[in-house]
Amino acid sequence: MIENATMTGQELFDYKIENDLKIEPKDWMPEKYRMHLQRQMSQHAHSEIIGMQPEGNWILRAPSLRAKVILLAKVQDEAGHGQYLYSAAETLGKTRDEFIEELQSGKAKYSSIFNYPTLSWADMGAVGWLVDGAAIVNQVSLQRTSYGPYARAMVKICKEESFHQRQGYEIMAHMARGTAEQKEMAQDALNRFWWPSIMMFGPHDGDSPRTGNAMMWKIKRETNDDLRQQFIDKTVAQAELIGLTIPDPDLKWNEERGSYDFGAMDWDHFWDVVNGNGPCNKQRIEHHVKAHKDGSWVRKAANAYAEKNG
Amino acid sequence: MSEDNQGQVWEVFVQAKPGLAHKHVGNVQAMGREMALQNARDMYVRRKEGISIWVVKFEDITASSPEELGSFFDPMDDKAYRQATFYKMPEGSKHI
Repeated sequence: MIENATMTGQELFDYKIENDLKIEPKDWMPEKYRMHLQRQMSQHAHSEIIGMQPEGNWILRAPSLRAKVILLAKVQDEAGHGQYLYSAAETLGKTRDEFIEELQSGKAKYSSIFNYPTLSWADMGAVGWLVDGAAIVNQVSLQRTSYGPYARAMVKICKEESFHQRQGYEIMAHMARGTAEQKEMAQDALNRFWWPSIMMFGPHDGDSPRTGNAMMWKIKRETNDDLRQQFIDKTVAQAELIGLTIPDPDLKWNEERGSYDFGAMDWDHFWDVVNGNGPCNKQRIEHHVKAHKDGSWVRKAANAYAEKNG
Repeated sequence: MSEDNQGQVWEVFVQAKPGLAHKHVGNVQAMGREMALQNARDMYVRRKEGISIWVVKFEDITASSPEELGSFFDPMDDKAYRQATFYKMPEGSKHI
């Protein structure tokens, strides 16, 4: 079948990409492929870790014990997802300490969606339903990514994510059929999270300079716009079913395309948030730095213990 | 003073059911074997994925390299006598 002893690293790499075979950590790969993956995978890992903050905000204020244990389990899952992704990213040659340094110094980014505050309990519903929902669409597609460790991490994560989205939608459905005030909170959460959620897929394909390489190397299997459309098409009916309204006056079914048309996204605002000016950017990183610093003595003590006891 | 870092990488193997082999599922960062086992439990068997876990320090694993793919994994197709089908059984023999 494959590997011919006379093939160069580049030829073997190209052959594998062409034939949908996975690239593994010790295989030769173009330096730009490695760098693209390091950036994308660490950004993905950072998103899982920073993403614990807006939800952690509500653990102590969850409205029932049931809601609280669910939220705790979900936040624990996010921590696990961050670990899977850091592990996978580390196979490309950078250490976890380096990735953490890049996050804290602002060199590495995380998903901008986590720079918005979670103002009411309904936001836990909106985050699970929309933010995790958008993440699932992206991650299902990434299960077929060309880098083996990344693809395997995605398979594991996808298995766990559907619980996240369902619990979010359940909260929204519950509030939408509650009192007028509760329904209003659900609608308000949808209003605030809708646009940031659909912008999670990133800029339009034409404005996304890295998409070309990422598609060519099969790191990405579908473009930002295709994934966004998939998400919108499945989410609109879910909103209608529970009596909530997507906050987009231009949203309408396009018979010809078999998809929804939707309004223009505010990319100036998007980039402003990416570049540090969202409502919570500063708070999120400060919190991460503080937790990391506060944990320093624990890491030292654990290392000392391990050195002594193996 | 000991270092302030994320510890070492430990590879994790989980046995899903009695009778099955332990299978590699990923890795964890940990300081020492006890923490590695605990972290592996928290990360990889939160949902009944297994009944037994092994953790092995990554640096203790010796692995083959992709460059050896040709020679090291040569199936030696010329040694057909390694396959059961190589042998001629007497006419009429059964259950063999």
